[in-house]
Amino acid sequence: MSLLTPLARVRGLGSANEGAHHWWMQRLTAVALVPLLIWFVASLAFLAGADYARITAWIGHPVVAVLLLLLVFALFYHLKLGMQVVIEDYVHGKFAKLVCLLGNSFGTILLGTACGYAVLEIAFGGS
Amino acid sequence: MVEFTLPANSKIGTGQTHAAAAGAGDIKRFRIYRWNPDDGKNPVVDTYEVDRDSCGPMVLDALIKIKNEIDPSLTFRRSCREGVCGSCAMNIDGTNTLACTKFIDDIKGDAKIYPLPHMPVIKDLVPDLTQAYAQYASVKPWIQTHSVAPPDREWLQSQDERKELDGLYECVLCFSCTTSCPSYWWNADRYLGPAVLLQAYRWIADSRDDGTGERLDDLEDPFRLYRCHTIMNCSKTCPKSLNPAQAIGEIKKLLVERL
Repeated sequence: MSLLTPLARVRGLGSANEGAHHWWMQRLTAVALVPLLIWFVASLAFLAGADYARITAWIGHPVVAVLLLLLVFALFYHLKLGMQVVIEDYVHGKFAKLVCLLGNSFGTILLGTACGYAVLEIAFGGS
Repeated sequence: MVEFTLPANSKIGTGQTHAAAAGAGDIKRFRIYRWNPDDGKNPVVDTYEVDRDSCGPMVLDALIKIKNEIDPSLTFRRSCREGVCGSCAMNIDGTNTLACTKFIDDIKGDAKIYPLPHMPVIKDLVPDLTQAYAQYASVKPWIQTHSVAPPDREWLQSQDERKELDGLYECVLCFSCTTSCPSYWWNADRYLGPAVLLQAYRWIADSRDDGTGERLDDLEDPFRLYRCHTIMNCSKTCPKSLNPAQAIGEIKKLLVERL
């Protein structure tokens, strides 16, 4: 039971003055992912059946390595932003929401970093 | 968590059937949500058979006929009966709309009528819109000026500037859009919802208002504004054929413009 007025409840803690950047980054990464993913899927199709040496040589190529790093960054950034919105929409328990948001941040950064490291390892540490 | 089923005390049962009098001609069945806060029972759906030969063309005509001639306990809001007051918004045939502008002819089969979705119900078809009204008040829906007021006349506006308000000023605040929005269902405590955001944009778009910056400051919030995921239910359901989703998009564009 609360005797807060409806307006006081709605005004709450005030505006976060945040969100436009999040929204814009989600759009930017989405736009970036269109050519990157088309290129990536087409390349994979082109490389279908290639052996290990040919794949690592392909990844090790400077242009390919840079594009792959961009793809990994855009993909996991986009994933993190998108999952955050889904969690905020649907998970309402204070603790559950905190755990999910932390898991989302840590999980996407961990996976993204691992993918990036794999590309760098092949590009630089191959020999 | 989000609620996917109705709570136990909101599960809907079957109510009474009020058959039409003998000799009635063209019969239409109205299946109407009933809930009385005083009897402690769950809501039910009552069925009313209405003789269309002696009934007006709109759903509101049928509701008034039912209240006058069949069951005076049926409770609903209505005022202007011509789509300008926004009082008789309800869920008719699965869509939020105004009972007074919805033709009975447009409903195939039985006409199912429920209150606006996901709002507390006061009685029968009357939803509690306290939260939505408070959210409307929170966007300060009146002119804000920092300029010195003209001493001898009203604020002027060019014809082109006035055109910016078309598609916005017509909103009658029936909240059909807001209560059709899944995002509002899940996060009504913080998301302002399409009706209120359209109204907020109505003042942002008004050339006579120079509080745009403060208005955008107040709206830039992950929940107040950015819970809109362009689901578009709002624009689809609006009984006045307005486009709240577009108004929200305009607000988002302005926020990016000033990043």
